[in-house]
Parts: sequence; structure tokens; C-alpha cells
Amino acid sequence: MTTATTNSEAGREVSTEKEKWLRVYRQMVSIRLFEEQVNELYTRALMPGLAHLYSGEEAVAVGICEALGRDDYITSTHRGHGHCLAKGASPDRMFAELLGKEAGYCRGKGGSMHIADPATGNLGANAIVGGSVGIATGAAFAAKRQGTDRVAVCFFGEGALGQGSLYEVMNLAQLWKLPVIYVCENNLYNEYTHYTETTAGTILGRAIAFGLEAASVDGQDVRAVNEIASRLVRRARAGGGPAFLQADTYRYSGHHVGDINREYYRSKQEEQHWKSDRDPIKLHSKWLLDRAYTDAASLERITSEVRSEMESAVKFAIAAPYPSVEEVEKHVYA
Amino acid sequence: MPERELTFAQAVREALAEEMRRDSHVCIFGEDVAEAGTPFKVLSGLVEEFGGDRVVDTPISEAGFTGVAVGAAMTGMRPVVDIMFGDFLTLTMDQMVNQAAKVHYMSGGHWKVPMVMRTTLGATRRSAAQHSQSLHAWFSHVPGLKVVLPSTPYDAKGLLKTAIRDENPVVFFEDKMMYKLKGPVPEEEYTIPLGVAEVKREGDDITIVATSSMVQVGLGAATLLEKEGISAEVIDPRTTWPLDDKTLIESAKKTSRVIVLDEGYGRYGVTAELAAVIAEGAFYDLDAPVKRMGAMHVPIPFSPPLEDVTVATEETVFEAARQLCGKT
Ligand SMILES: Cc1ncc(C[n+]2csc(CCOP(=O)(O)OP(=O)(O)O)c2C)c(N)n1
Repeated sequence: MTTATTNSEAGREVSTEKEKWLRVYRQMVSIRLFEEQVNELYTRALMPGLAHLYSGEEAVAVGICEALGRDDYITSTHRGHGHCLAKGASPDRMFAELLGKEAGYCRGKGGSMHIADPATGNLGANAIVGGSVGIATGAAFAAKRQGTDRVAVCFFGEGALGQGSLYEVMNLAQLWKLPVIYVCENNLYNEYTHYTETTAGTILGRAIAFGLEAASVDGQDVRAVNEIASRLVRRARAGGGPAFLQADTYRYSGHHVGDINREYYRSKQEEQHWKSDRDPIKLHSKWLLDRAYTDAASLERITSEVRSEMESAVKFAIAAPYPSVEEVEKHVYA
Repeated sequence: MPERELTFAQAVREALAEEMRRDSHVCIFGEDVAEAGTPFKVLSGLVEEFGGDRVVDTPISEAGFTGVAVGAAMTGMRPVVDIMFGDFLTLTMDQMVNQAAKVHYMSGGHWKVPMVMRTTLGATRRSAAQHSQSLHAWFSHVPGLKVVLPSTPYDAKGLLKTAIRDENPVVFFEDKMMYKLKGPVPEEEYTIPLGVAEVKREGDDITIVATSSMVQVGLGAATLLEKEGISAEVIDPRTTWPLDDKTLIESAKKTSRVIVLDEGYGRYGVTAELAAVIAEGAFYDLDAPVKRMGAMHVPIPFSPPLEDVTVATEETVFEAARQLCGKT
């Protein structure tokens, strides 16, 4: 049996190929079921504000974060639960943050769109589209200057291609050969508008123009995502410079949990097609079964284990106290 | 006949529709303004009437399309730019501050920029620090820009129509929590001039100067104060620039006590400016220092119990007013 290792010193222990792909499966299921709970919390009016669900896009976050070590950096987006979980955040503190509780990752101050966690290299999710492209590039600058082999992954939706600052930082990153990977999650829609109505030319062409290593991948195929991510991460660690990865994917739900009537911008058939034929979890489970890495009962067991983990995480968050009011004036300055 | 009522959102939409019918140069730029009608659904129906050439969906490129609006305004169009959340105004600052605000002056009066930027302000929507700010003070600071802060559906419609007809860049702030607020809006055409405050409620003992989202709070506090035997006057300047300082000062002279209430930060903010204008103009008639009430000096937190204490409420204004009137 072959073994796969993660590249970073601080990475996970050596695991077998089979263990790795089962772990990946569990991680994708975790994100899916986490988001199911979020939707439930929102529907039951237990969750303040809004949430942007990651369901359907799990293979991107998991495939990429599987290629990273714990001390590598990521930046995330308004649709960030999947990135944060894939980088190692624990569901109980995530839910607590979503409910504004003190036990949350940001002591309740950030909420769904701002999960940040130094322990897992998470520089923060960002509610400004394209808002973290500078932060990720800066982290890559520091990693290089400090002589570490860390890399920074900047997750963003294709909507962020509209922001000029992305082009400024890609230029800098290439000039300075920074270990940063820009991951464009193309889920086809910027809010309620198809990306082809907002994106001239090609997506990859923009990165190619600055000389970045540029590639695209089927974002529903977790192994394909992981393979290419591993290559780009290795390259960045070795001083090869920045890269741009376009991952083609789809969000199953509305732009946010309240976006229920979507027919005016996308059809039910389109949604159904992605869910039945292109689902990253189904595709991966089929592969695992075909390889005889597992059996249906074991996969079912993983799902039910994850489900009860999520249920108790939600219970923890609901029972957790809000921060005391004095907290409001803390942390304005360091 | 009973007066017609519209929501704040409907009033904004009606102003835009009427101005677009009246003047074919009026067009709208913004993210998801067409079929989606914006996330707040304020613009629903406009693309159906005016078409995608005039209600133009843009990429998520605030700096870019604001710049396009400036250039289009200079060359004959009357663009209305939609910036979904006021927090994203920061991305447009160079276009607004270094370009739009200065073109007329720098060109010796040759070029002008008749554009409107519509955007939102206001917290308590549980949207956290990057979707809750009230940044109108930033624009009020800059010569060349006008800044409008409607507080009722009636004002929103009349002020927006005037803003669109104005020959200068106007930034128009809508409180996102107010879109569903209903109020009387007559069927017949009307406009409201910029720079004219309105006395929303008359009173003798204390003046509450309030803007935008805070006008309803000020009125609510006035009702509570009435039960205590304190008669509060509530004044809405409606525009921070041009500013109707005369109405504010007159009221301050009459009541001798003033609270200034605004959802932006107090520090170097709108409350600071209004308090200074009143202190300068009514100094010898004041019985107490002008009291400022703005947002707490923190990024807006997500957690509901924390967020709730960052903005003034009817109760906190009521308490402050009682103290100012010597009732403790
Ligand atoms: C600078 C900025 N402009 C607009 C918005 C409002 N907004 C939030 S998400 C979004 C669409 C983002 O689309 P994309 O980047 O493709 O990410 P997705 O939601 O599809 O994951 C918009 C316009 C924002 N948050 N920041």
C-alpha cells in the first residue's frame, strides 16, 4: 500500500492512502452536515444575521486543505464555513461563533463571516469580496522573509475577479516570488448574476498575464483538487512562486440562507443536475467503494457519527453564554 | 380620501422611476440592481420598465463602476450608482473624493459631475463589522460633495428626486433597517430642497437633533419624555451638507438644551460638527453643554447583546434628556 505524506513539517502524520481518502470523505461530510445544521438554526430563528452555505463546494476546501499543514495560512470568505472546518476548526466553537457566543472563535464578535483561528493558520474569513487578497499575499511575504516554508492559500469566489486589488497583489506576488496560491472558487454566480455577465475574457488569462502558474480543476473531484493543490504547494514551498487555481464548482443553496426563490437567475434543473450527477461526496464515495477501501455500511457509520458530533456541537453552542457586555469595548486596539 | 402610504423602499423606487421617465439620461449602475433588484429588493421592477441599458448590472467592481459613473456624468449622463452596503464605500473613495468632488472646482467650473451615489447605513441587523457601518461623516467632510440622509418615505422620495436633478455629486444614505417603514407619500409630484431641515415634532424644553435611522429613535424618546412632563423638539437636518444651521440654532435658542443624535461615530463625526455649529450659534442661550450621542467607538460586533449597546436607543436618549433637563 502506498503512503502519502503532507508536505509541511507541522503536517499530519504519515497515513496510508486509504486512511487519507477516508479522512477526506469524513471531512466533506462534516462540512455538509455542519451546513445542514446552520440552515436548521436559521430556519428555527435561532441564528442571528445571515449565513452563506458552502454545500456543494466541499471538495475544493477539503482537497486543498488536505495538501496544507496546520501552520500554513488560509484566508476565507463570506462563504467560509467549509474553509475553516477543512483547515481544522472544531464545529462546537464554530457554531458558538455563529450564535454570537463567548465560546466562539472570535468571542462572538465576528459571526459567520469572520471566523479566524491562529491555531489552524486561519487569518480570517472576510465579508468584503476580495477583501483578503492583500492579507494572504502579505502572509506569504512574511513566511518567505522569515525563512519558513509556509504557504498561504487565498480562497475567493469568482466574484472577487471584479476587484482591482486582486490584480495589484498578483503582480506583487509574482515580482517577489511569494508562496501564495490564489484559489478562485467558480460556483458560477456572483450573488444573483451569472459570472459570464460580469467576467470578460478568461479567468485563467488574468493570472497568466502576470506570469503566475495557472491551472483549472474540476472542483467536484476531491482527488483531482488535492493532486493539483499538492503540486502547487510543493512548488510554492520550493520557491517557485505564486499560483492561481480555478476550481469549477457549484453552490447548492441560495446565495444566503434567505435566498429561496432562485428561478429568476438559475433553473431547478441546473441545481438538480449538480446535486445528482456532480455531488463531490457521492462521487468520492463511489470511488472509495469501487476501490474496496470501504463498504456502504462503514460510510453510513461515518455519516451518523458526524451527524451526532454536529448535533452535540449545536447543543453546546445553544447552551453557551453570550459574552458579557463589557466585552464590547475590548480588542479595539491590541 | 385616505393618504397613500408607501414603504421607504417603495418611495425610493418611485423616485427613481419618475426621474428615469422624466429624463432619459438617468441610469443606474450597481451589483445585482437589474433582475435581482438589489438584495434589499429596493429596485425591483425597474429593469422591466427601463431595460438593461439603463438599469445596468455591474461586476463587483465598486471603484471601477463609480469611476465610470463620474466620467459618464461629466459627459451628459445622470448616473445613480448603487453601493449595496455603506461599508463598501471605502472602495470608491478615490473616485468620490479625488475625482467627483473636485472636478468642477479644478476645471475652473468647466466640468460638472451630476451623479448620485445611493448607499446604506445602520447597525443592529446582526451583520457584523463589515456590513453595519454609518460612514456619512466621511463624505460630509469633503468640499464638493453633498450628503443626504432621509428619515421617512416622504423625505426619501422628495430628496432623491432633487438629488438626481442636482448638478453635483450627491451621496444618498438609506438606513437599511428602515426599508419596510411605512409613511404617507402623496401621488402627486413633489421635491424637497437640499439644505432644509424639518421640525419633526415641536417642543419647548429640549431639542433633539437626529439624522436618518436616529430620527425615529428621537421621536420615540420624545414620546417617553412627554410622559415625564418634558417637551422635546425633534429636528431632522435631512442633509449634512448643505446644512440648515439656522433651523438648528433657532431651536437651540428656544429650548436651551440640545442632544445631537446620529448613528455614525461621534468622534470627529456628524454629532461633533452639529454640536459645534449649535454651540457657536446659540452659546449664550444654552443652559447645558450640547450632548452628543453617536455609535460607540468600536467596530460593530456580531453578538446581539454586544451590538445592541453600540447604538443609541429610545431609552438611552430618554435618560440623557432627563439628565440634561436636571431630572435625575
Ligand atoms: C466589496 C464588496 N462588494 C459587494 C459585496 C456584496 N456581496 C457579498 S457576496 C457577493 C457575491 C460574491 O460572489 P463570489 O465572489 O462569486 O462568491 P460566492 O458568493 O459565489 O461564493 C456580493 C456582491 C461585498 N460583500 N463586498
